[in-house]
Amino acid sequence: MQKPIATTRSATGIPTGKLAIWWVLASEIVIFGGLLVSYIMNRLGHGEWGDYAAHTNTMAGAVNTFVLLTSSLSAVLAHKAADQKDGVKAARLLRLTALGAAVFLVIKSFEWTHEIRAGYTITKNGFWAFYYTAAGLHGLHVLAGAVIMLIIAADAAKNRELQRVELIGLYWHFVDVVWIFLFPLLYIAK
Amino acid sequence: MSEHASDHHGSEGFFKKYLWSTDHKIIAMQYLFTGMFMALIGGFLAYAFRMQHAFPGASVPGFGTVSPGQYNMLVTSHGTIMVFWVAMPVLIAAFGNYLIPLMIGCDDMVFPRLNRLSYQVFLLSALILLVSFVVPGGAFGGAWTSYPPLSSRAEYNLSPAGASLWLLAVALEFVAFLMGGINFITTVMNSRAPGMSAFRIPMVIWMIVIATVLFMGSVGPLVAGAVLLFCDQLLGTAFYDPTRGGDPILWQHLFWFFGHPEVYVVLLPAMGIVAEVMTVFARKKLFAYKTVLYTALGTAVVSFFVWAHHQFVAGIDPRMANIFSAATLIISVPVAEMIFVYIATLYGGSIRLKTPMLWALAFMAEFLIGGCTGIYLGSSGSDLHLHDTYFVLAHFHFTFFPIAIIGAFAGITHWFPKMFGRMMDERLGKIHFWGTIITFNTTFLPLFITGLAGDHRRIYSHINFPDLARAELQQLRMVATISVVVMLAFQLVFLFNFYMSLRRGPKAEANPWNANTLEWAAPSPPPHGNFAELPTVYRGPYEYGAPGREEDFWPQNVPS
Repeated sequence: MQKPIATTRSATGIPTGKLAIWWVLASEIVIFGGLLVSYIMNRLGHGEWGDYAAHTNTMAGAVNTFVLLTSSLSAVLAHKAADQKDGVKAARLLRLTALGAAVFLVIKSFEWTHEIRAGYTITKNGFWAFYYTAAGLHGLHVLAGAVIMLIIAADAAKNRELQRVELIGLYWHFVDVVWIFLFPLLYIAK
Repeated sequence: MSEHASDHHGSEGFFKKYLWSTDHKIIAMQYLFTGMFMALIGGFLAYAFRMQHAFPGASVPGFGTVSPGQYNMLVTSHGTIMVFWVAMPVLIAAFGNYLIPLMIGCDDMVFPRLNRLSYQVFLLSALILLVSFVVPGGAFGGAWTSYPPLSSRAEYNLSPAGASLWLLAVALEFVAFLMGGINFITTVMNSRAPGMSAFRIPMVIWMIVIATVLFMGSVGPLVAGAVLLFCDQLLGTAFYDPTRGGDPILWQHLFWFFGHPEVYVVLLPAMGIVAEVMTVFARKKLFAYKTVLYTALGTAVVSFFVWAHHQFVAGIDPRMANIFSAATLIISVPVAEMIFVYIATLYGGSIRLKTPMLWALAFMAEFLIGGCTGIYLGSSGSDLHLHDTYFVLAHFHFTFFPIAIIGAFAGITHWFPKMFGRMMDERLGKIHFWGTIITFNTTFLPLFITGLAGDHRRIYSHINFPDLARAELQQLRMVATISVVVMLAFQLVFLFNFYMSLRRGPKAEANPWNANTLEWAAPSPPPHGNFAELPTVYRGPYEYGAPGREEDFWPQNVPS
């Protein structure tokens, strides 16, 4: 399909794709915002949730924070490579970022398996319900981001649609930022 | 397909052209016709439960006797369909898709395939809702607000499959409009024709964009809330279950944080349509363009701080109730300002009472009644008495009917020549107009009275309530019901007019109303790509009766 002239115009001076991705993030912010505010209000009303939170695995969460933040570095380097029209390098770095996402999800699976086996399931109480729902929604974003990243990498390797490398990077930083809120709220505050 | 690649018009099959198209005009038509189809279903549901009110227990022609469970499903589905599958697709998606590229002077939306996907997800959501009528237990019957624990526990709502399908359908609908909305905003921001500066954008486009931003800003928490409700329904969590440490009021906050801005999400596009129609048929410049724009923005901002006026009887903190009362009364100021500005636009104009103009004028008059009765409900003191009565219901319909039905008819009759290249029949249009407007008033004005008398909106049969089964109240209910039946019958006039005009109406020229905005510079109907040559803009959209010119209009794309 040929792109319409509308897509190539830029009355604001911001490329259309980048403008759109910022609006995607804006709508994501209110989704996670609603969820986190609901959690925080509940948490403030239930002092005992701190005791439940004591059973979360802070070490696993910290390692995952490190993995996710590090994966953003390769996303930034991919953007730089795309700016220099080096699609092959950008693709390699994007795949590295997706690997980071995979490591994050694997650690999370082990963590959840361990917790569920210990009896801390989603129906255990309000805290665990929010724990699985919030982290699960974030995990879906990680998974979706990784899949899209691999698709973009396949294009970038052929030096096509290189502007998309920056866009997926923006999304990836957002996924990071959400985790930076989730980690202290679910793991550290006990 | 490859051998036909050179002439891609006409050679593509029906499926590719009408069902798999990425053209914004076809997608607008898809939304429009889906919305109109759903409106017929919503209207039929209203007919069935209104008949139950007027003739309790009697068999309803075309439906049968209405059981208490069916009654709940009827009112729930009516509300859900009319808000989410009629008002939203017609006012925002259909008019937004059709008008945005044409009015800002470009060839399509910036993301045509995303646009197509948006409609497909929307269609899927509509199908899921319709399928829920035939699953075991039937469609969801817990009201369109879906309050837990009624919605979250199968043993209360008795329609576990229907409740989850309802929620899935609504969630998918939100996804569809988020995709469409991102497309709308990005297109208007980036793809305007040269010369189309911010204050030269037609008001309806501004209104659709503000409404879209408002939708995106308010729907997020409800998406999160829907995820929590899904978990309660399907996984057995207790987010909203007070017996296991949850909080049912949380859903009410998340729902109304979206639910009230939603009123303005649909109001603003309707106000925009009315502005376009009024300026064209009063041959006058829109009075105080910037004031309309800023009051619309003000309305959007304030609408984030009024939601708890739906919860005055839900046990919220009375101090909070005061704040929300004040905010609710404040929001009537910018809306009233817009109405004043529109009246000032009419003042001194040379008014032509064509069908679209009649709808536009009716919008103002009827919406005013809806707005003024809202003041009693926004004040927490009087709301305690009126809450959940037919007064609320009548107020709501005096806001939503003007928006979703009158506003939509104003738009359809105004842009019909552009959309289909033929003129609609004026006489049938006026018969339909008066038939709809008179019966609308005789439907809902009596319900204000029964509401003040204490008629509760969830009552299935008034026979069980001696205080409410009095003859004088029952007569009012019958007036309302008969009016609904007559109103629905008059819609056949519209459908007939629509169909006949589509086939036999006189051919419309490019600019039959002598209007200024860019869509009238394109042929009627516009071809793929819209304009033979993409236009450049030289002035604002409302230059009617400019001094020193022979013609009383001055299109935006004509060099001076």
